[in-house]
Amino acid sequence: MKKEMVEQIKANPHYQELLAKRTGFSIKLSIAMLTVYCIFILTIAFYPEVLGTPLAAGSVTTVGIPVGIGVIIFAFILTGIYTKRANGEFDDLNNKVKQSLKED
Amino acid sequence: MMNRIFLFLILGTIGVFAASAIEVANPEKALNVSAIVMFLIFVGGTLGITYWAAKRTKSAKDFYTAGGGITGFQNGMAIAGDYMSAASFLGISGLVYYKGYDGLIYSIGFLVGWPVILFLIAEPLRNLGKYTFADVASYRLRQTPIRSLAASGSIATVILYLIAQMVGSGKLIQLLFGLQYEIAVIIVGVLMILYVTFGGMLATTWVQIIKAFLLLSGATFMAVAVMAHYNFNFGELFSHATELKGIEIMSPGGLVSDPVSAISLAVALMLGTAGLPHILMRFFTVSDAKEARKSVFYATGFIGYFYILTFIIGFGAIVLVFQNPQYLDMAKQAVDGGYPILGGNNMAAIHLSHAVGGDFFLGFISAVAFATILAVVSGLTLAGASAISHDLYASVIKKGKVDGITEMKVSKVATVILGIVAIIMGIAFENQNIAFVVGLAFAIAASANFPILFLSMYWSKLTTRGAVVGGSIGLATAVILVILGPIVWVDILGNATAIFPYKYPALFSVMSAFISIWFFSITDKSHDAKAEREAYEAQYIRSQTGIGAEGASEH
Repeated sequence: MKKEMVEQIKANPHYQELLAKRTGFSIKLSIAMLTVYCIFILTIAFYPEVLGTPLAAGSVTTVGIPVGIGVIIFAFILTGIYTKRANGEFDDLNNKVKQSLKED
Repeated sequence: MMNRIFLFLILGTIGVFAASAIEVANPEKALNVSAIVMFLIFVGGTLGITYWAAKRTKSAKDFYTAGGGITGFQNGMAIAGDYMSAASFLGISGLVYYKGYDGLIYSIGFLVGWPVILFLIAEPLRNLGKYTFADVASYRLRQTPIRSLAASGSIATVILYLIAQMVGSGKLIQLLFGLQYEIAVIIVGVLMILYVTFGGMLATTWVQIIKAFLLLSGATFMAVAVMAHYNFNFGELFSHATELKGIEIMSPGGLVSDPVSAISLAVALMLGTAGLPHILMRFFTVSDAKEARKSVFYATGFIGYFYILTFIIGFGAIVLVFQNPQYLDMAKQAVDGGYPILGGNNMAAIHLSHAVGGDFFLGFISAVAFATILAVVSGLTLAGASAISHDLYASVIKKGKVDGITEMKVSKVATVILGIVAIIMGIAFENQNIAFVVGLAFAIAASANFPILFLSMYWSKLTTRGAVVGGSIGLATAVILVILGPIVWVDILGNATAIFPYKYPALFSVMSAFISIWFFSITDKSHDAKAEREAYEAQYIRSQTGIGAEGASEH
């Protein structure tokens, strides 16, 4: 990639919009995943009895079961949310960047 | 010529298999006929696919990436297949069987790396690389040192993983099929060499997809059968299980005992996944970034679903296998007491398949377990062979002056060598304690492969010196801390106390890698370093948009 092209893409408003939106979105979702997982693993390390509490009085099923399954489903939903937005909105912006390069 | 060699090898393998199956006269291990028949059908089918794939594998791009023509759904299934090894199927269901809730904690750790791979790694990886992750790490840095380091990290990860798979497969097949250990290891090695050398990534991917489908179907059947016993009421299943094993199986136990171990394990699983060469390589087999993202979405779904199934299967084994005299190891019980099951806790899922589906379903699950091993070792070997041919041979030795066909030939030779190494190691490690091996593979992937890959994508000030020194320190720290840790230093070498107290070194080795990469990069005042930093901007644009990448991946 030549120097002029780098400058040209950097100045492209669609490119700037793509970066601003996608980078922010990726970081937000990564933090969401890491936060949920860290809370889960730190609870296990420091307060294991929290996850061992029965869901209801007399029930053997503990809070930990729905929480654990929930973390798995949460991870899957996050990948779905990202894929949907990236394959739609972000790819459209990316194509606009490529299009404007061709036009010049 | 090639077809004739291929035919010869197939006949040879089937011959060895049939002959050794007949030879087994060991009364302790009954020959499992339905398992062998189903396994032979699988082998016949996958060799047919390999033959079909061989005719379509003409260029290096075909060999390494299946021509880039795999769809997102197929690749998602193949990634899930790479991840759902026999070790994770039998190991995690065995852990749930043994410890209950702790098994779920473990599988969650294996899963949560995937979203982060999607958000931060998948797209730049695809936009910058061609066949291996070293393509990305060396994009703006000096080829020779970076590729040598990345290839070492890849090969170390692959060989460690291979040893674990080979030893596991030998023991499992010995138990399930009544075959001799050595013969089992040789059959796995030979079949894997056939798939990879002749069919390349196309055959390896389809073997993985078929196996993933079989494994998910079999596991679904088992989980449904267990739940049907309890009218699909989890509460009843859990309460019956706790009557047998005690209430503590419903809460976190001793798996992660202290905060440092907990965080260190989490780091290893999360970052290690993002540094496994055979997983990263899969992102090059799809046509564009759209399909790459879809692959992670589907893979996360399949893997998550699979872990939920293994959790049910583990509890199913508690209620249907534990204390069931049919699966008890009487000899062991006489010595140790309790309720040990035949073959140890890792066989819980296998016994459960018999409990819910009789001999026929046991045969099916055994054949699937064998197929799982074959598929996983094939993917690993292909990744290792690519590191040797694409990174070491083509880029380091030949400085890029080599045509695709020669590179592909080198890759095939490397496959055969890796296959032979795997067989020899598998036999040599038969009676060794290899519990540390997979942990070490993840630690190396997290501490050497991941930091250089991640920083090369996102940190403009990274220089060759920083990456090489820091990556090497990460790799060395991981290896040394595992040796000095409780598993190797105490359990294997027989010392009284461990010099390094934690089982999982990743937290420390990953930190040392990042800190030393940072330090040796910012203090690098060389002329090259300046050029490397200046090249970041163009690389970043390509990594974010793919502009310039289309041309590179077409030849």
